[in-house]
Amino acid sequence: MTTSYGKYGGQFVPEILMPALAELEEGYQRYKDDPEFLKELDFYLKDFAGRETPLYFAKNLSKKYGTRIYLKREDLVHGGAHKLNNTIGQGLLAKYMGKTRIVAETGAGQHGTATAMIGANLGFDTVVYMGAKDVERQLMNVYRMKLMGTVVHAVESGSKTLKDAINEALRDWVTNVENTHYLIGSVVGPHPYPMIVRDFQSVIGNEVKEQIMEKEGRYPDSIVACTGGGSNAMGIFYPFVEEKDVKLFAVEAGGSGMATTEHAALHSASLSVGEEGVLHGARTRILQDKYGQILESHSISAGLDYSGVGPELAYLADIGRLTPCHANDDEALEAFHELSRMEGIIPALESSHALAYVMKAAQSGELGNLVVINLSGRGDKDLETVINLEKGGKL
Amino acid sequence: MNIPDKFSELRARDESALIAYVCAGDPTQDATEGIVQALIRGGADIVELGLPFSDPVADGPTIQAASGRALSAGMNPDRYFELVKSLDVDVPLVCMTYYNLIFKRGIEKFVLDCIDSGISGIIVPDLPVEESEELAECCTRNDVDLIFLIAPTTSVDRIDMILEHGSGFMYLVSRVGVTGARSDVAESTSKLLSRVKTDIPKAVGFGISTGKQAKEVVEDGADGVIVGSAFVDIIASGKDVNARLEALAKELKDGILLAK
Repeated sequence: MTTSYGKYGGQFVPEILMPALAELEEGYQRYKDDPEFLKELDFYLKDFAGRETPLYFAKNLSKKYGTRIYLKREDLVHGGAHKLNNTIGQGLLAKYMGKTRIVAETGAGQHGTATAMIGANLGFDTVVYMGAKDVERQLMNVYRMKLMGTVVHAVESGSKTLKDAINEALRDWVTNVENTHYLIGSVVGPHPYPMIVRDFQSVIGNEVKEQIMEKEGRYPDSIVACTGGGSNAMGIFYPFVEEKDVKLFAVEAGGSGMATTEHAALHSASLSVGEEGVLHGARTRILQDKYGQILESHSISAGLDYSGVGPELAYLADIGRLTPCHANDDEALEAFHELSRMEGIIPALESSHALAYVMKAAQSGELGNLVVINLSGRGDKDLETVINLEKGGKL
Repeated sequence: MNIPDKFSELRARDESALIAYVCAGDPTQDATEGIVQALIRGGADIVELGLPFSDPVADGPTIQAASGRALSAGMNPDRYFELVKSLDVDVPLVCMTYYNLIFKRGIEKFVLDCIDSGISGIIVPDLPVEESEELAECCTRNDVDLIFLIAPTTSVDRIDMILEHGSGFMYLVSRVGVTGARSDVAESTSKLLSRVKTDIPKAVGFGISTGKQAKEVVEDGADGVIVGSAFVDIIASGKDVNARLEALAKELKDGILLAK
């Protein structure tokens, strides 16, 4: 089993965790094709998560932008985002492997919420680490997690956002590795996580393949997904990687500008402008200063606010199979309003970046005549952020 | 002096090593010389100088905070090597840092900077042996020891693999978890010491903070005792720092010498 994607990936973790990664890989290989496991996975995806999700033809958007636009409705998954696809898979895997406790990191709180859901349902002790800054901007998600019996720790170290939550979750796992599964929420971290999360999220792209054939009789010209760590992007891209005529666009958060200051980037575009480095167990593209210290990232959306990106995305970008691009805070906010107004669907601020890129790029013809956007989550969680911004507040 | 020579010297006296860790530049660059000298006066045989990283995942709150203080005071790899070069010491110095700082500087340049500044060993807590090939090759070529960690969770097969690649000393992690002082040093320590069969010196770290604990670890068979967070706590307190560092180093070394 290869642990890398080209030069990216690998397992840059403390020695204490190496046996746990081996155990996880072994467990995954044992159960991923096990009929009983697959039956249970299928049950949860269908009756708990509410799959399959529709592929919705956005007729008003299509008319305005002069191209056929479909939205993959991951916002309709239980919990309001694609995150549950992965937590169901990993939660079941942890159960089959005999773990009794799960820990997770969360940025926007979507992955934490999805972890809390499966944690409650499968009877795990569930602990979620969340940057203190994110706890403040996502109070509703914190409350949702608590309702479901999850212990939420506000992380006060570093930039108090997603990267620090990952650090803290890793420290927890290092300490409690015997009975604990670390349920990573994106296609990041040491092998085998990028592979496992990608596989569990690939249900998105696999459904799109069938749905678009049924509706249009062909594959799309382009697929567009927002990219922070990259799990919704890999989930919809992966089944199409071998379909070379389908262009893949990974839209990163352009934040308030593509510049950096001494300790921080004003954006989260590690795929677009990051440099090769090692963060959170993997070699990938990261935002770092000239010495290799990790830069804090910025985005209007907590879920994209991350200094790294999944190693497989970095690889696909290097070989030219996907196109990294970005939309900034203002463009995402405009797209948030436009989709709400035109289609009656309130998108997550994360997904609004994908929409914003399509709105920018559609007229150039770059995207072709048939576009699928991964609408990775719904926007209810972001209303407070948006209200504050529109009152003239700061992020 | 390099690490193997130091251990030979100690072995001749039937003595185990006190290996002291502090974070370079904590709380200021100017403070580090005095801190290192105090540790050596107290009895430190080897000094590990942390090169602070923004995201130290293997460290507990004490060393995270030290890294934060050092970074805020302007520590960076260029200044680190200048600082280390300026130290007037005759004990082996070891650089402890995270892999991205080495990777970003360029492996060859990093190792050459170590030699130039008088560092004779490197510890990288987020670099398992599987990912270490390039750095290990460069270290071997330049006669710098690359020191690996062995944990209670490490299997026999992995121990063999690590022993094949490591040099200087083996860093045995006394318990699962992150760095930080604890009142109990786990029972797993003696088990781990007996599982690791090698002529390379074995040093035990993570959680040791008193002379009594140091004595126990040496009686279990350790050739070295690594203490970090307990020293860093003293630095963090800001009170009477150098005298207290010296006193703690002396307590630890006395414990080591008392071991039967």
